[in-house]
Amino acid sequence: MENFAANEGLSIFVILVWLGINAFLFVNFYIVFLDRRWFYTRVLLGQALSWARAPAAALNFNCMLILLPVCRNLLSFLRGTIQHCSRTAARQLDRNLTFHKLVAYMIAFHTAVHIIAHLFNFEYFMDAQLNRNSSLLPFVLSEIGNGDNASFLNPIRTNETNPTIVMFTTIAGLTGVAITLALILIITSSMEVIRRSYFEVFWYTHHLFVIFFIGLVFHGYGRIVRGQTPASLRANNPEVCADQFEDWGKNGSHCPVPEFAGNPPGTWKWVLAPMILYVCERIVRIYRSHQKVVITKVVMHPSKTLELQMKKKGFSMEVGQYVFIQCPSISRLEWHPFTLTSAPEEDYFSAHIRIVGDWTQALYEACGGDKNETQEAWKLPKIAIDGPFGTASEDVFRYEVVMLVGAGIGVTPFASILKSVWYKHIQNNQEVFTKKIYFYWLCPETQAFEWFADLLQSLEGQMTEKGMADFLSYNIYLTRWKETEAAHFRVHHEAENDPITGLKQKTLYGKPNWDNEFTNIASKHPGTKVGVFLCGPPALGKSLEKQCLSHSEDDVKFIFNKENF
Amino acid sequence: MGKIEWAMWANEQALASGLILLTGGIVGVAGQFRGWQFAAYAVAAGVFVCLLEYPRSKRSKGTSVERTGQYCFTVCVKTFGPLTRNYYVRAFLHAAICVPGGFMLATVLGCVCLGIASLIYLAAAIRGEHWEPILPRKAETRKPPESIKKPPQNPPPRPPPEMRKKRVDDLEGAAYDNPIDVTANE
Repeated sequence: MENFAANEGLSIFVILVWLGINAFLFVNFYIVFLDRRWFYTRVLLGQALSWARAPAAALNFNCMLILLPVCRNLLSFLRGTIQHCSRTAARQLDRNLTFHKLVAYMIAFHTAVHIIAHLFNFEYFMDAQLNRNSSLLPFVLSEIGNGDNASFLNPIRTNETNPTIVMFTTIAGLTGVAITLALILIITSSMEVIRRSYFEVFWYTHHLFVIFFIGLVFHGYGRIVRGQTPASLRANNPEVCADQFEDWGKNGSHCPVPEFAGNPPGTWKWVLAPMILYVCERIVRIYRSHQKVVITKVVMHPSKTLELQMKKKGFSMEVGQYVFIQCPSISRLEWHPFTLTSAPEEDYFSAHIRIVGDWTQALYEACGGDKNETQEAWKLPKIAIDGPFGTASEDVFRYEVVMLVGAGIGVTPFASILKSVWYKHIQNNQEVFTKKIYFYWLCPETQAFEWFADLLQSLEGQMTEKGMADFLSYNIYLTRWKETEAAHFRVHHEAENDPITGLKQKTLYGKPNWDNEFTNIASKHPGTKVGVFLCGPPALGKSLEKQCLSHSEDDVKFIFNKENF
Repeated sequence: MGKIEWAMWANEQALASGLILLTGGIVGVAGQFRGWQFAAYAVAAGVFVCLLEYPRSKRSKGTSVERTGQYCFTVCVKTFGPLTRNYYVRAFLHAAICVPGGFMLATVLGCVCLGIASLIYLAAAIRGEHWEPILPRKAETRKPPESIKKPPQNPPPRPPPEMRKKRVDDLEGAAYDNPIDVTANE
């Protein structure tokens, strides 16, 4: 339970606070519109007025929040500053996309409530104009303001119309339709199936948010929701005068005709600052992307992996960070994220890019991958970099004992970490807080081992030289194999070096027994906080998280960190 | 990532439109709005669109993710053959269904959303996509060849233990070294 609190506590707290503010705004503004200022409006609309205004307030709040989690550079900066105070708070910033989605769902929900309430409002307004009987208060109220067209209550000014036409001829209606359509298109193209398969559709459609925010700001400009003016309230007290509506303004009556006005639009006060922050974010991204990046080396690895070594002036990174790479000659609008596989101590930065889709294939060809002879340096494509951006891997060095789990290509951030740990040890014999690393690599096929196996081999050799052979304990699991390979493994079981990787530690087959692993580590390191870092599929994340929670007892705590793009 | 199959997005959009049309229709009928007949139509149309769009199509490239419990819907939709397979038909069908929704405020949103879905389906149809049902693959029972069925009755011939010691220094060679000379069948 304690570990659950350590892992999830801050998230749950943030969500509860957010839900609490939503609930508060909803209830508060529901009650605001039960005030006497809106008495006559409620004669026309009933409770539907409050039902429309309450979600509107919540929408203001959520639309303010939604832009903030996607300001990558701002979050990176915040993460750097907060890290010195609280590691937990800094980790919270890694869950920005989850929060963005939650807020989006809330916006969708409040929009639905808002629209349904307004459907009733439009219907009631129309009713009031259609039942043209001077002995009905709604009709009398609707007739107010016919002369000056300013002090009216009912935004529908005539009976020769219908709600659909009214919607398309008012600012509120038009902007409302536009932004709702934008919202629906954004949501349908953001469904996981679409996002994972066709990122471009998701990304381009998501830019409809520009229309959303512009429409949102102008949505209230028509001042269509109207209440009694303060001056009129003093002269015409609704509780007293409502029943005498047939005598309003007549000689001898104490009740003049009430006058109405709309509220000035308030949404801009909520969303202006986040909009400016987001514009700054995009400007920062563009600026960073224009700085020159030079490819110093291209390595083609057998496992359909392309390694790019690059240099950029003023570039500095931490372990396990990622960058967005753009290649204008392939596509001017596509930026793809890749983990940095080099250590901060090296004088270049590198990314290992697996060739899976059309963009990566095009990059491979542009770097001369399909040609046999080496590419001239000046023929290499121009590249732009945005980042680096931080993820949970930066926290690795804050733990005394660390478990690193990488599945397939998910091992890349750990390449950076392992290299960096090694550099720290050999440079000036720096005191490294991390004393033991348990490394697990799960891989479905042997081919993907190549470049990482080379790294492990060189580390292994260097560690043995320094007499630190048990600093790093790594376990490679081959989760799938063919019959023919299996025979080869059986024969070579007794060999000193592993037949696949050439490493001293043997490759294991199948999936790790996490229960055993956690128990072993817990028994070997009592009284410590063990950091568990995963870069891999969500299913594995769930099972590791469960193991962390179940194996954390009084003295040993397993803290789970998941990397996610 | 590969080429875009527009039908996947059209499907999400159409399903959302069906739900929106349904909600608008329910509000219109429940609130007894003017023109509630259009709302009643929207309820029926919304349900129909949802049923039609619930089963996802099989992707031409890549793994298809089913929606929960979509198998029975897949079977129903499959029975209409070319009517549901062809996306031109769907595009025009959605365009036609959405029109009456435009006559009432409560259903206008559903109408416009369905219209957009219809346009995306048209784009999908022009690109030659079509609807394929996702059916569970029948597990192929491979009959093992005859020789495997009978397990060996006798253990393989082995030399006495002292000759079976492994040559640790050359494991690769040891694998092919037969302690007893074998001769080919003459």
